[in-house]
Amino acid sequence: MLLDSFLIRAALAGLGVALAAGPLGCFVVWRRMAYFSDATAHASILGVALAVAVDAPVFGGALVVALLMALAVSTLADRGTASDTILGVTAHAALALGLVTASLLPNVRIDLMGYLFGDILSVTKADLALVWIGALVVAGLLTWRWSALLTATLGADLSRAAGIDPKREQLFLTIALAVVVACGIKVVGALLIGALLLIPAATARPFCRTPERMAGLAALIGMVCAALGVVGSLYVDTPVGPSIVSIAFGFFVLSRLWSPRLR
Amino acid sequence: MPGDPRVTLPLIRTENLDVRQGGRLVLHGIDLSIRAGEIVTLVGPNGSGKSTLLRAMIGAVAPSAGRVVRAPDLRIGYVPQTLSTDPHLPMTVRRFLGLPHAITDTQAQAALHRAGLPHAGRQQLADLSGGQRQRILLARALLHDPHLLILDEPTQGLDQPGSAAFYRQIAAIRAETGCAVLMVSHELHVVMAASDRVICLNGHVCCEGHPEHVASAPEYRALFGTGTGGALALYRHEHGHDHHHDHSHTDDEHA
Repeated sequence: MLLDSFLIRAALAGLGVALAAGPLGCFVVWRRMAYFSDATAHASILGVALAVAVDAPVFGGALVVALLMALAVSTLADRGTASDTILGVTAHAALALGLVTASLLPNVRIDLMGYLFGDILSVTKADLALVWIGALVVAGLLTWRWSALLTATLGADLSRAAGIDPKREQLFLTIALAVVVACGIKVVGALLIGALLLIPAATARPFCRTPERMAGLAALIGMVCAALGVVGSLYVDTPVGPSIVSIAFGFFVLSRLWSPRLR
Repeated sequence: MPGDPRVTLPLIRTENLDVRQGGRLVLHGIDLSIRAGEIVTLVGPNGSGKSTLLRAMIGAVAPSAGRVVRAPDLRIGYVPQTLSTDPHLPMTVRRFLGLPHAITDTQAQAALHRAGLPHAGRQQLADLSGGQRQRILLARALLHDPHLLILDEPTQGLDQPGSAAFYRQIAAIRAETGCAVLMVSHELHVVMAASDRVICLNGHVCCEGHPEHVASAPEYRALFGTGTGGALALYRHEHGHDHHHDHSHTDDEHA
């Protein structure tokens, strides 16, 4: 059957993550949450280590710890203390703590490279199912909350005056981010999931006059990069995750050279 | 319209309102009311709770004591201090007006016209100047024919002709629609000319009344010091030459 090919599974996993990361990445760009998403992604390594330690599913561990990190950082932001510095500190600390925890585990060797940079060619059918469920949950969440999320992005007071609680919308984004991180860890890895969020969105920007178009185009660009990355890395024998991100960066540079309007 | 001007029932009033933020008592014992059709301006030093009071009145901040009483079915149009528009967010003015709830082109056009930017619908938010952005926020607040327009430092970042033009637009909207206006401002002399009533706030209501009365009140002078005399003088000056100034600036605005 089709899914018996590791290459097909890898490509489908990449497409799934890119589909969710594109539109979510737009919000990361619009709301200047790049550091926030890095902190969340890095925390997932700690989640992986803890999950392995207690013999729990890695996906679940990554999801839970990423979510806790995102909620913690989001709470700091509400109190107005989440400066660039604090976010940077938490992002790097979470990564370091995760790596230390992983090394302390007795009798287990975790393929850290795989979790840091992705190991898309080893995606199983179960992984694939999780990735697509996650991607569809995120896509559904963003579609459902779309207008409210956009309104909240334009300003907290403006949003409250329109009867939309900006903290509630932030919570939806936080959950979506944790899901994308947990899905993406196998595909591009914890260190590069931030790139899959940011680069397609930033690449799409100059070609769009509406937020919907930017979200759609970001998803499309991400999916093209994922497909090209999976197939291309096979020919030139490069790691898949970094290849996907490199291709995305190539598109980004092209978009800035050809863009109809430079910003 | 709630509150027939002839009986002048308040559109909105606060009763002994206290607001705490982070353990600090920001507002204490605020009693004020806004009646149909009047333009009321809140003045006060930084940190005196002006924005917090507006937020409490639109329900974005919960009072820790006292209450806010609104006339039944009161429609409030709120113009926030700022609009965060990251240049990465593509959004036309027309689309912005339809968030979060879709509106008709006729509604959008009417609001833009009233706010003084009839041709801005297809422009990108990120391309607008500070003054245009304020007018778009004003258009947004006008969409649902508010009885009360609440503006939080609407002319922040505008130069003097720009803010004078903005206040004239507010006065014109009030004249046209009869809506009441409650706004926060730092520009004392412009406020003096544009308001029916001024409320001086510093955690509590220091004094309130006709602009000229407030400007000469000892509480107000204690807060604003020596600048007060100048503000009053400017007010009188502008008042005397009102028609001339009004005309030339309006022409500039539409040029």
